[in-house]
Amino acid sequence: MKATFYFLIFSFATSVFAQNPGRIEICPTCEVKTLKDGIEAGMKGDTLLIREGIYKEFNIVVNKPLILQGEPGSVIDGEDRGEILRIVSDSVTVDGLTIRNVGTSYMTDWAAIRVVKSRHYRIQNVTLENLFFGIYLERSDHGVVVNNRILGDATDEYNSGNGIQLWYSKHVDVEGNHVQGVRDGIYLEFADEVRIADNVSTKNLRYGLHFMFSNNDIYTGNTFEDNGAGVAVMFSRNIRMVGNTFRKNWGSASFGLLLKEINDAEISGNTFEENTIGINIDGSNRVVYSDNDFIKNGWAVKVLGACYTNTFSRNNFLYNSFDISYNSKMNDNIFDGNYWSEYTGYDLDKDGVGDVPYRPVKLFSYIVNRTPETIILLRSLFMDIIDFSEKVSPVFTPDNLVDANPMMKKQQ
Amino acid sequence: MLKILKYSFYDLMRSRWSYVYFLFYLLLGFVLLFLNNDVSKAVITLMNIIIVLVPLIGTIFGIMYCYNSKEFTELLLAQPIPRRSIFLGQYLGVAGSLTFSLVFGLGIPFVIYGLFKSNAIFDFTLLLVTGAFLTMIFTALAFNIAISNENRIKGFGYAVLLWLFMAVIYDGLFLISLILFEEYPLDNFSLVATLLNPVDLSRTLILLKLDISALLGYTGAVFKQFFGTNAGLVISALMLLMWTVLPVWRIVFVAKRKDF
Repeated sequence: MKATFYFLIFSFATSVFAQNPGRIEICPTCEVKTLKDGIEAGMKGDTLLIREGIYKEFNIVVNKPLILQGEPGSVIDGEDRGEILRIVSDSVTVDGLTIRNVGTSYMTDWAAIRVVKSRHYRIQNVTLENLFFGIYLERSDHGVVVNNRILGDATDEYNSGNGIQLWYSKHVDVEGNHVQGVRDGIYLEFADEVRIADNVSTKNLRYGLHFMFSNNDIYTGNTFEDNGAGVAVMFSRNIRMVGNTFRKNWGSASFGLLLKEINDAEISGNTFEENTIGINIDGSNRVVYSDNDFIKNGWAVKVLGACYTNTFSRNNFLYNSFDISYNSKMNDNIFDGNYWSEYTGYDLDKDGVGDVPYRPVKLFSYIVNRTPETIILLRSLFMDIIDFSEKVSPVFTPDNLVDANPMMKKQQ
Repeated sequence: MLKILKYSFYDLMRSRWSYVYFLFYLLLGFVLLFLNNDVSKAVITLMNIIIVLVPLIGTIFGIMYCYNSKEFTELLLAQPIPRRSIFLGQYLGVAGSLTFSLVFGLGIPFVIYGLFKSNAIFDFTLLLVTGAFLTMIFTALAFNIAISNENRIKGFGYAVLLWLFMAVIYDGLFLISLILFEEYPLDNFSLVATLLNPVDLSRTLILLKLDISALLGYTGAVFKQFFGTNAGLVISALMLLMWTVLPVWRIVFVAKRKDF
C-alpha cells in the first residue's frame, strides 16, 4: 500500500518534470520547419522560438498554452488564403511575429490573429501587414494586447476589416498599439471593463475607435488623427475618455468625437484640434465635459437635441468658427466657468471671472444649420451685426444658454 | 508717368493723413498684440478690420484726393503729357502710399512680436496681400466715381454708398436670397455671388486659411472642390486681380475721352 503510494507520488513528480516548459526551435533548416508541426510537438507551457525566415502557412490553430516567440525577421505569410493564427487555448502568448497577407472573405471575418473563448492571452510586439481583420478577440476575457503595429492598406469600407476588434470580451488591456489604414482602428462590441491606453490610430477609413454597446470602459492618452471620422461612441454607458487627442478629422460627416446615446460618461482633459466638428452629441445624457481644449475646430460642440443634464465646465474654447451649435430652442445643459476666446466682457472686481455672461450660441450657427450654403458668409460684417443683435436679445437661440461665469484667462 | 507717380506719392507721404493712417495701423498692431499676446488670435481680429476699414479708407481717401487735386490735374492736362500717364500716375501714387502705410503699419509690430518664429506667417502675409488688393480696388473705384461726377457732394455720397453696399448691404441681400431659395441647390450661386464682391472675395480667401475645417463641413461637391483644393485660392486671387485691372482700365478709358 505504502509502496504504491510512493510510486504514485514518484510517477506524478516525473510527469510534472516532463511537463516542465521546454523550448522548441522552428526555422526553415531546423528539425521543425513549420509552426503547425511546432505546435503539435509542443507541450503545455513550451516556448516555440521562431527563427528568422518566411513561413507560408495559414489556419494555424494554437490549442494548448504555448509561448510563440518570434525573432526579428520571422514572418508568417498567409498568401491571402485565409485566417492565419487561431488561438483556442488559455494562457497563450504571441510575441514579436510579423504576420502578413490575410485573406479577404465576405463570408467569414478572417483575422491575422483570432482568439476564441480563451483567457489570459498576451499579444505583443506583433506587426500585421496587408490584413483583413487584425487582432480579433472573440468571447475572450482577461487578455493583454500591447505594442503591436497594424499597417493596413484598406481603400473601401465594404471590403476591409478592423484593426483590433473586441467582441464579447471583458477586462482586456489594449495599450501602445499603432493602427493605421484599416476600416475601424479599434472596434468594441459588447466589450465591458476594457482599458484602451496610449494607442495611435490614424488614417483609418471609418473610425479611429468605435464603441458599440460597451459599458464601463476607459480610454486615455490615445491619439486619433486624420481618420474618416474620429471616434464614435454609441449606445454605451459609463465610458471614461481622458487625455486623448483628436486631430484633423476633416469632411462633411467628420468629427473628432461622436456621441450617440451615451449616458453617464466622463470626458476630460482631451484636446480637440482642427476637426470639422469637435464633439457631435446626439441623445446623450448626464455627460460631464471638463478641462478639455477645443482649438480651431469648425464647430467645437454640436448638439443635436435630446441631450439633457450635461455639464460643461473649465473647458477652453479657442478660435473655433462656432463654439456651440444647437438645433433647437431648448436647453437643459449647464455651461459654467469655461474660457471662451471670443468673450468680450470685462472683469471689474478682478476675480478672474467675467462680469457679463457669455452666450456661446450664435444666430449664425442657427442659420447655417438651416441653410448650409450660408457658411460662405462666415465672419462677414453683416453676420457680426446680426449676431450682436441676437446676443442682446435672443430670439432664435435658447435664451437660458449662457455661461454665467466665463473665465478671463485660459486655463492650463 | 513715373514722374507724376513720384510726385503724387511724395506729396501724399508728406501729408498729414498718410501719417495718421500709418500711425493708426502701427498702434492697432501693437495694441492687438499687447492685449492678446497671441499672433493667431490677432490675425482673426485683424481680418475683421482689414475687410471693413481698408475699403472704407481707400474709398474716402481716393475720392478726397481726386477732388482736391483737381486744379493740379487741370494744370497737368495743359502740358504735353499723355492723359494715361497723368491719371495712372495719380492713381498709383495714392494706392501705393496707402498700401505702404498698411503694410508697414501692421508689419512692424508683428515682426517685433516674433512673427517670423510663429507659424501664422503665411496667414499674415495673405492678410497683407488681401489688404493691399482691397486698397487698390477701392481707390480705383473711388477714382472712377470722381471722374464721372463733377459734383463733389454727389461723388462723396456715391463713394460712401459704394462702401456700405459692398461691406454690408450686399451680404444682407446675399443671405436673404440664400434663405429664400434654400430649396434649390445653391452652391454654384453662392460661389459666384462671392466672386462678384471684392470684400466677400477677400474674406473667403482668408477663410480658406483660418476656417477651413468649418468650410469643409458642407456637403456640396462644388464647395468641396473650391475649398478643398488649391482651386479656390487660385480663382479668388485671379478674381481679385480682375477687380483691380478693370476699374483701372476704366479710369484711363474715361479720362482719355473726357472733356475737362
